[in-house]
Amino acid sequence: MEVCRALEQGDKEEERILSDISSSLKLFERKRSNLIPLLQMIQKRHGYIPPMGMVLLAQHLDLSPSHVYGVATFYNQFRFNPPGKHPIKVCLGTACHVKGGEIILENFERKLGIKAGETTRDREFSLDRVACVGCCALAPVAIVNDKVEGHMTPSKVEGIILSLEIEKEKKKREADKDDTE
Amino acid sequence: MDKNANIVNLIVDGKEIKASEGANLLRVCLDNEIYVPNLCYLKEMEHPPASCRLCFVAIEGYPQPVTSCTEVVREGMVVMTDTPEVRRLQKSAFELLLSVRRISFCKTCIANKRCGLQKIARFLGVKLRVAHLNRIDVDREVDHTHPYLDYDPDKCVLCERCIFVCGNINKTPMLSLAHRGLNTSVTFFESAAILENSCKGCGACVEICPVGALTLKSHNKVTG
Repeated sequence: MEVCRALEQGDKEEERILSDISSSLKLFERKRSNLIPLLQMIQKRHGYIPPMGMVLLAQHLDLSPSHVYGVATFYNQFRFNPPGKHPIKVCLGTACHVKGGEIILENFERKLGIKAGETTRDREFSLDRVACVGCCALAPVAIVNDKVEGHMTPSKVEGIILSLEIEKEKKKREADKDDTE
Repeated sequence: MDKNANIVNLIVDGKEIKASEGANLLRVCLDNEIYVPNLCYLKEMEHPPASCRLCFVAIEGYPQPVTSCTEVVREGMVVMTDTPEVRRLQKSAFELLLSVRRISFCKTCIANKRCGLQKIARFLGVKLRVAHLNRIDVDREVDHTHPYLDYDPDKCVLCERCIFVCGNINKTPMLSLAHRGLNTSVTFFESAAILENSCKGCGACVEICPVGALTLKSHNKVTG
């Protein structure tokens, strides 16, 4: 039920995003050199580039959708899934790589059931890989909700996600209590 | 040969050849029955991508071998297609291409016997299974999203021929390269609904694929 509602909201959200994209596309000239600036504009306004957004963009610039998709997937700066409420970034820079950053990433992937670059269905968590966050002494490092978590271990991965879930549950209960009062 | 163009004389592997000025060197070689390995070149291409790095030749006066598909013929050109240097470059490039491919199933592949890789391997005397290079397994599955086509990224050599022919038939090619590095693959874009409207299923890309990475769906059903 909750998932259903989340999906419905997602659809409405996407509709809103798409209408926003099509109206802001009109401000750009229909020339090919605008492809990357347009992709950046969509990403900046909405945090990600929805598939239908790429189709609209392709129509506007008279390109095929696969061309737009090809260009967008080439660059690391574009994401194709909406950012989650709790963004998780796992560092795979040199120091973290040596200290087993891949294992930490794999742990997050398994725990959340998503791959790097994806978002969980309920849009709570999104997982990304980054290359060096500038605190190699703490390797391996992950960034959860903009907070640096150093010396990561598989058990710490469990702990972080558990505590976020507990927090969510707490908030929900408080909200329910407020409703009933 | 173009009748209006000036005729130039060149020597390829000791053979005197006449060709129209400004013609593509690789094309001239192939037309005169001098085989130069190639995977990505098509005669209709105005700017060949030179992405397969196989059509190297040595040209007199050049410090090192060059890709023949990006050269035009000139008067008095002396070209050698069979120097040890050229062959070494071709073998390396070819083996690197093979090292990211799963070659173990030639027998079940629909391109068996007409495969560009098999032809070049035979020509260069290279085994299809490269023993001295580490195989990189990029675990990728066959893409079934297209309504008419199947795409096997494991067989694809990223020659971009399919993209070129599709762009020749349609105003904008339906196919494109996506992602990068080892994950580069040909993409149709996800949505099947959009593809059904735009792709007519002419099969030109399947026809031109040198390795059988693109196949028509009906064929797959027949052979299971």
